Amino acid sequence: MLKAALEIAFLLIGASLILALYRLVRGPEASDRVLALDTLGINAIALLVLYGIEAASTAYFETALLLSLLGFVGATALCRFLLRGDIIE
Amino acid sequence: MNPVSEALVAVLIVVGALFVLLGAIGLARLPDFLTRLHGPTKATTLGVGTILLASAIFFSQTAETGLSLHELAILFFLFITAPISAHLLAKAALHRRPPAGEIHPAAGPELAPESSTQDAKTRGKDTGGADTVGPPAPGRCSGGAGAEL
Repeated sequence: MLKAALEIAFLLIGASLILALYRLVRGPEASDRVLALDTLGINAIALLVLYGIEAASTAYFETALLLSLLGFVGATALCRFLLRGDIIE
Repeated sequence: MNPVSEALVAVLIVVGALFVLLGAIGLARLPDFLTRLHGPTKATTLGVGTILLASAIFFSQTAETGLSLHELAILFFLFITAPISAHLLAKAALHRRPPAGEIHPAAGPELAPESSTQDAKTRGKDTGGADTVGPPAPGRCSGGAGAEL
């Protein structure tokens, strides 16, 4: 039962990664692309946690935490670049 | 692992993945940037939160160290940072809008026919759809909003 749920969840999150990639490639404005990158990062966190459940290994939590940190810092830096045209003044 | 908590973990995983997919569909399909911002920042955060909750239950049941609280760190971090990055993105999008005085399409009743992100799929089957009548306005933020003025 858990195996089947994990398979379904992998499929659904793969589909959502494809949708976010579509918005990343197509997005008419730069802020759309930043939002798509942020969503891709959050979906990758979900995928990592699911893979940790499937492998029954707790080694993936640090990776997921690191990915969420880097995703937040990256989104903040890109937003600051969009707002100011510069990241570190 | 006892079957009740296994069923609970399975249900939480599927529900969380559905929420993640819902956020991504909102990101890909909604017409305007601010509505697109609204989709993933709520639904995806909730979906990842549900999946992390499922993971916490799973590892609390299986790991020999007892209660597993690693996921709560990720969960709190996501719940704190997701609104901040959404706020910054909204600020950036408002900053790059055309200046006041020009009528933004989202301000009037012409929001529904106006879809700046009309993708190729809806354009392909655009035979009688009332919501895709207007021409795509690609240069909204670059001062090209004169199409409806």
